[in-house]
Amino acid sequence: MQPSRTANALLAEPGAAIGYRGPVRRFARRAVEGRAFPVAVVCAVILVVWYLAAIFMNWQTETEKLARAGDYTTGQAISATWSAERPVLPAPHQIVAEIYKTTVDVRPTSPRSLLFHAWVTLSSTFLGFVIGSALGMVLAIGILYSRTLDKSLMPWIITSQTIPILAIAPMIIVVLNSIGVSGLLPKAFISTYLSFFPVTVGMVKGLRSPDRMLVDLMRTYSAGPLKTLLKLRLPASMPFLFTSMKIAIAAALVGAIVGELPTGAQGGLGTRLLAGSYYGQTIQIWSALITAAVMAGVLVWAVGLVERAVLARSGGRL
Amino acid sequence: MSVAEPFAIRRPFSVGMAAILALVCGFAAFQLVESGGTLFASATVLFWLFSWRLTAGLANLETRQRALAFVRDLAVPAIFGATLIVLWELIVRGLKVPPILLPPPSEIAATFVASGHILWADFVQTVLKAVLAGYVLGCGAGFLVALIVDRSPFLRRGLLPIGNLVSALPIVGVAPIMVMWFGFDWPSKAAVVIVMTFFPMLVNTVAGLSAAGAMERDLMRTYGASHGQSLMKLRLPAAMPFVFNALKINTTLALIGAIVAEFFGTPIVGMGFRISAEIGRMNTPMVWAEITVAALVGSLAYGLVALLERRVTFWHPSMRR
Repeated sequence: MQPSRTANALLAEPGAAIGYRGPVRRFARRAVEGRAFPVAVVCAVILVVWYLAAIFMNWQTETEKLARAGDYTTGQAISATWSAERPVLPAPHQIVAEIYKTTVDVRPTSPRSLLFHAWVTLSSTFLGFVIGSALGMVLAIGILYSRTLDKSLMPWIITSQTIPILAIAPMIIVVLNSIGVSGLLPKAFISTYLSFFPVTVGMVKGLRSPDRMLVDLMRTYSAGPLKTLLKLRLPASMPFLFTSMKIAIAAALVGAIVGELPTGAQGGLGTRLLAGSYYGQTIQIWSALITAAVMAGVLVWAVGLVERAVLARSGGRL
Repeated sequence: MSVAEPFAIRRPFSVGMAAILALVCGFAAFQLVESGGTLFASATVLFWLFSWRLTAGLANLETRQRALAFVRDLAVPAIFGATLIVLWELIVRGLKVPPILLPPPSEIAATFVASGHILWADFVQTVLKAVLAGYVLGCGAGFLVALIVDRSPFLRRGLLPIGNLVSALPIVGVAPIMVMWFGFDWPSKAAVVIVMTFFPMLVNTVAGLSAAGAMERDLMRTYGASHGQSLMKLRLPAAMPFVFNALKINTTLALIGAIVAEFFGTPIVGMGFRISAEIGRMNTPMVWAEITVAALVGSLAYGLVALLERRVTFWHPSMRR
């Protein structure tokens, strides 16, 4: 973490060190200068704003409902906006309750369980990510050693990142379905497609990152191309690889979710989103969305864990 | 190697020869495509081999002249791409692949030309209305919030981790919510684009604003520069590479957001609507034509931003030739 700028500015001024307390009361300073406290405050503010927004956005429909039933107080109206059945904006506790209800109270194998849908999405995300990363690494090594591939394929890989590839996701699903390939594979195919580009680009960058001196050193050891690859280039590419794998796994998740949009009733978080939007079940949409967000966070964090382990083993800085 | 010689070609003859042979084999394959058979297959394979030889030969040309190197670096991927398209056409037509699975490029091009007015209407609806409005508002809002966040170290420490987290989330998922809130027409798509482009811009700009070195900042202090002055003269210019990075990421994200949001409900015009509707009718050439439009828009927008970047951040080391 970079040092706080206020502390530097204080010390930079003449006489600023007078009365400077140094590391005294470190805990209190960490609470103010660290990250945990500000993040907690920002999260709390977001929650408060969310509850207020829920009041305003649900006010009209809910007060109309209450007015039809008879008189109502402001307190009743507010509590109605926070517990509406199909709110415009559900309150956070409603979403939490919905997630709890659909994960803990329902059998995980039932199609009403959020765990079931999350698993469907997760499995195609994983399959696609693993295939895509492997493909990306192999292609990166090919590009490293073949000047022709580098000159001809690399520009297309870079250009293809500027293209909204996700737009063809529904077509791939429907076309593969029409020739009899359905279920996990078509979705995994989209995830593969999305995750392979960042891995290739990052890995090529990483494999080329060792500077001239180190490559020359390998040559003085009379190491062949394979030895140079295994002992120098691959270890050097690890930080680049993991950075791009974090992007890739997030992209793979998005690909799996979008890939589930046209398949209909086969399950998955994308199906939950689509069904929720058809039937106006806002709480269901939000709970699927939050689940997807948590999943993305956990997946990126898991890749980060593997990164730490690998870098620690190879003696890199953490 | 003499100085006058532009290329140090080891086998100059083989490159020209490969080009001619590739052309002949390609032509022969096109003549034989209807009859099929081993003759067609061998012509196709030979075309592929010679074309690969040509690409490899060109890629390995060494030259000292900058203009020639530029032409070579442009020609190699162009020939590679053209080869792939020709192979696609030959294989699809030769093996009689059903057009539902993969239409030949010629059919896609024909559809592209024939239904230009539909594609144009979709382009106007999706790109000129939803994407453009959302992109400008989302990037602008992200930039302004970053300027505010930058004034307060507390907010920076609080918002940046959250911004980083949100950047990795599948934000396209908000599409059904936005469609519910803002209706079926383009404003809901613009709203999705705003949400998608906001966070990359926020995170990148905040990171960029702390990119100016401590020395330069101290220099501004010794000049007695105010916050606004040091922002305008030092820190914003120093942040520009980061800002342009976000602008580039956002061009693709904005298109994806608008197209995917249209899968959740639209009026009967728009690129995402057309893609999902034509898939339902199994009219894949039209889908591919629409994807071609999306690809062209995506790479052109990216190119425009990159061009602008060259003009604005000409001083950055990565721009050196």
